[in-house]
Amino acid sequence: MSDKEEEPRIGVFVCSCGSNIGGLIDVKALAEYSKTLPNVVFTEDNLYTCSETGLAQIKNGIKDHNLNRVIVASCTPRTHEPLFRDCVKKEGVNEYLFNFVNIRDQNTWCHQKYPQEAFEKAKDLIRMGVAKAAKLEALDNIIVDATPTALVIGGGVSGMTAALSLANQGFETHLVERENELGGRLKTLHKLFPNDQKAQLLLDNLKKNVGSKENLKIHTSAQVKNIEGFVGNFEVSVEENGNNINLTIGVILVAVGTSLFTPTGYFGYDGKIRITQHELESKLNNNDVKAKDIVMIQCVGSRNDERVYCSSVCCMTALKNALVLKENNPKSNVSILFRDLYTPGTHYEDYYRRAREEGVVFIEYSPEKEPSVEENQIKVYNQYLGEELLIPYDLCVLSTPLVSNNDNKALAQMIKVPLEENGFFLEAHVKLRPMDFATAGVFICGSAKWPVDITESISQGYAAAARASTIISHDTIEVEGATSFLPDYNKSLCTGCEVCIKVCPYNAISKNEEDEIVITQVLCKGCGVCGATCTNHAIIIRHFTDQQILSEIYAYGGKEV
Amino acid sequence: MKNLGENSKSVVIIGAGIAGIQAALDLGDMGIQVHLVEKQSCIGGRMAQLDKTFPTLDCSICILAPKLSECYRHDNITLHTLSEIQKIGGSVGNFSVDVLKHARYVKEGVCTNCGDCGAICPVRGITNFFDANLVTQAAAQIAFPAAVPAAYRIDPNKCLYLNYEICGLCYQNCGADAIDFTQKDSILSLDNIGAIIVATGLDLAEDIHTLNIYGYQKYDNVITAMELERLICASGPQAGHLSRLTDGKHPKKIAYLQCIDSRSQKGQMYCSSVCCMYTTKEAMIAFEHDNELESYVFYIDMRAGGKGFQKFLQRGAKEYNIKYLKSKISHIDVDKDDNPIITYEDYETSEIKQLTVDLVVLATCIIPSRGINKLADVLGIDLDHYDYVKTNPFLPVETSAEGIYTCGCAREPMDIPRSVAEASGAAARAAEVIKGG
Ligand SMILES: Cc1cc2nc3c(=O)[nH]c(=O)nc-3n(C[C@H](O)[C@H](O)[C@H](O)COP(=O)(O)OP(=O)(O)OC[C@H]3O[C@@H](n4cnc5c(N)ncnc54)[C@H](O)[C@@H]3O)c2cc1C
Ligand SMILES: Cc1cc2nc3c(=O)[nH]c(=O)nc-3n(C[C@H](O)[C@H](O)[C@H](O)COP(=O)(O)OP(=O)(O)OC[C@H]3O[C@@H](n4cnc5c(N)ncnc54)[C@H](O)[C@@H]3O)c2cc1C
Ligand code: SF4
Ligand code: SF4
Repeated sequence: MSDKEEEPRIGVFVCSCGSNIGGLIDVKALAEYSKTLPNVVFTEDNLYTCSETGLAQIKNGIKDHNLNRVIVASCTPRTHEPLFRDCVKKEGVNEYLFNFVNIRDQNTWCHQKYPQEAFEKAKDLIRMGVAKAAKLEALDNIIVDATPTALVIGGGVSGMTAALSLANQGFETHLVERENELGGRLKTLHKLFPNDQKAQLLLDNLKKNVGSKENLKIHTSAQVKNIEGFVGNFEVSVEENGNNINLTIGVILVAVGTSLFTPTGYFGYDGKIRITQHELESKLNNNDVKAKDIVMIQCVGSRNDERVYCSSVCCMTALKNALVLKENNPKSNVSILFRDLYTPGTHYEDYYRRAREEGVVFIEYSPEKEPSVEENQIKVYNQYLGEELLIPYDLCVLSTPLVSNNDNKALAQMIKVPLEENGFFLEAHVKLRPMDFATAGVFICGSAKWPVDITESISQGYAAAARASTIISHDTIEVEGATSFLPDYNKSLCTGCEVCIKVCPYNAISKNEEDEIVITQVLCKGCGVCGATCTNHAIIIRHFTDQQILSEIYAYGGKEV
Repeated sequence: MKNLGENSKSVVIIGAGIAGIQAALDLGDMGIQVHLVEKQSCIGGRMAQLDKTFPTLDCSICILAPKLSECYRHDNITLHTLSEIQKIGGSVGNFSVDVLKHARYVKEGVCTNCGDCGAICPVRGITNFFDANLVTQAAAQIAFPAAVPAAYRIDPNKCLYLNYEICGLCYQNCGADAIDFTQKDSILSLDNIGAIIVATGLDLAEDIHTLNIYGYQKYDNVITAMELERLICASGPQAGHLSRLTDGKHPKKIAYLQCIDSRSQKGQMYCSSVCCMYTTKEAMIAFEHDNELESYVFYIDMRAGGKGFQKFLQRGAKEYNIKYLKSKISHIDVDKDDNPIITYEDYETSEIKQLTVDLVVLATCIIPSRGINKLADVLGIDLDHYDYVKTNPFLPVETSAEGIYTCGCAREPMDIPRSVAEASGAAARAAEVIKGG
């Protein structure tokens, strides 16, 4: 950062985004218009500013025209700001002197039918962006040390896998399981689809591997009680068998799995001859199934109004148990009443075919005409035959969904991450950041995120370990410099009302021993809530100062500040 | 940022679709050196071809482009395009890998992607795989404008200069002096490779054999889902204004046929996993272009188990005028205006019915990447009975050879979220080898 106030020399790059922007409004004309704005010394339009070609054009612009502020008018900062910031930084311009103007998501996309108005709006947005850019200040990112340790919460198959991988990568890892034994759901299953291996065998192997690592500390009958701090530096207190342990942790992985759904009130469920698949597996483990006519009903408590989702493992579970029952007693009759059979991919479709070949009977029903379970027969309307079938049974097995744990909410609050509408954990981006949370340094894997089978629980366990490793493989962490702060010269303005402490969603604000407001820089996400709430304007949000925001407003209204 | 510990060993990743890219970025971010080997001239794989993606309907290239650039710029990732694996030696922790790098005939860092070479090249009519072969290009070509690396290439099979030593117009026309006809195919020998990741992804049924069921190739108004992705994409051949290839008319009624060559005795026995979902997505996008559009989805089982997928289907039915018909298709004819007529059996009523539409879209089967057999031989890994890379259900990212991992559609058809997760998973396993010693 130079001490002297430099004259702003702004470059404006207007992106066509293929035809996303250029198809509706004239980007060349926008670039021309930008040239007329104060402090703008160079403008250019690009087909894709984010392409290597576009980035090279920005770099050349900076070099050839001595730019000290750069504006890209294009898609959305959500996906593209890091890229452009990085680009200007590599050319020696402080990344906070880059300003993004959104003329796609918030303009051409939403005003598709009004090209003229969209063009005018783009001009307004660019003019405002230019005004702000002139007022931008160079900032430094905040760099903190990181502890190369990991905490995995939940000792089911996904949590064990994640912990093992992190330990194998050389990181000190703590695995916290609230039950007195590792294993999660695996502990109570019988055999496993799609290879019919004994669940116990997989569990024993996993436990053996997990138990053999010196840098992997297993805490059973343990619960996470409190988490303070932030990425690289979490202070975690764990209660293990009544004792309190304090750990300093770099990254946290959530692998708390799911709960079971008890289908009280569905199809005469009684836990005896009308049971769940999970209860059937316990019976199979105890060699306790004598039934000859078995009917399974799919989507019990799922894919309905209350629980819209497909639980994705219950169709395969039904096939598996049907095959087991057929194998145990080839004379038994097993029917599966289903809506859509969920067996995607190669292995699962093969498995479905095998069940058909083994004589399992598949009967489709529609949710409008649900099967009715009577004392010892089941009535189901089959659309294909156009008639009602009567199936006798001595065991009726209900395929119920995996549901989220009741206490996910408390955990979510402790680690400051969101849940989705069904109570499963919500990742940062469904497609491209499936294992990350928006909160830095916290990751998710396995069925706690969404019902998945063991194959996916394992690959997600590894995946979360990889994502976590990208952080703790380094001894420091860098976070955004655009934070809020209470400058010394504003301290006298603060009345100590503590409103900011209450509104901060990231718990970044506290009071020190001198009763002064302190904002932990590395926790602040720069959301601005505190600054907007502070009645005395004591808090300043870097990169969004009053002056910067007002300059945009005046630029819109046509008045200079 | 300093890396903890020196990692002298690197990882070779084969295939730079979203899976290969994610694995490369994760390893690179851990401070591990990566060689990312891609047979095409650019990276991105299938995801780069898609218009929007389910279930969030983000624009595919918009969320992918930053990753492509990140890969290109990453200090720890070396990109090898137009490259294949020729030979490997050694074993886990210490492989040696020979990479055959085909000449681009254009200098990568020098080319400005201006397109002057392609404009002047007299050779025309070479189909562009990226646009599902719906458009043609010159022998001096680029798959799409935002391709990474952002450099043209010369097609050595079609270039007049390379074959007959005549022409050379591009060479004269290139203002940046980027054309280099002296480039030769070369072998790059990489040593000290700790682990290898196979991320060779998918191809489609229509890529390997002339798909001629349901009137495909006989009737121009029967197209594949990938063709629709390109036709409806703002950067595709019709600039996003979907119209019929026969008469340019905007379709008002579109039928989507599921499980084409999938779950079939005649084609492949397996389920392609993603078509139920992308069909609803395609119907939604088409509806967004034209709110009077009617869509009909002919399906067997609707497979929607992923996060938010059932909700997505409900939205399709409620807000996007999509009708789902559980049915079995018999055959397709066309009327005098080239409108496809679908004859089918309705499962709800067991009746034989007919429906005339403007356009039919086939959800064709996903197949293993062409060339996977050869690659498996070179690597010494097993394939399953469908030629996907063989894995054990409880060791999902491990191949049959120690130190060689796999992820994404190379091992089974799957969607992007799962491919990305598995890619990170494979990266973790590779990192265990490198960091764990
Ligand atoms: C009846 C049935 C049959 C199945 N059969 C198969 C099959 O054959 N093949 C297959 O692939 N899949 C099968 N599945 C699915 C399989 O069980 C799941 O994929 C797998 O268990 C998910 O593993 P997980 O680690 O995500 O969660 P879980 O196995 O649920 O483990 C979560 C762990 O976290 C612990 N925990 C929870 N909250 C906390 C907390 N706050 N603090 C500390 N610890 C906590 C729990 O005690 C538990 O040990 C079946 C499921 C059911 C219900
Ligand atoms: C029509 C259609 C629509 C879809 N829509 C969606 C959607 O909306 N949402 C969603 O989540 N998923 C969707 N998918 C699925 C999605 O395309 C895949 O999940 C994803 O592309 C898989 O990524 P990948 O990296 O495994 O494979 P690919 O994308 O196929 O990438 C593999 C890469 O490896 C390269 N390669 C292959 N062989 C070799 C070799 N021998 N040497 C070197 N390189 C090699 C290829 O050139 C390619 O670049 C869709 C698929 C199709 C067909
Ligand atoms: S997996 Fe099968 S039984 Fe379970 S909710 Fe999905 S469709 Fe229904
Ligand atoms: S800017 Fe946001 S995160 Fe930072 S202290 Fe204020 S309210 Fe908290």
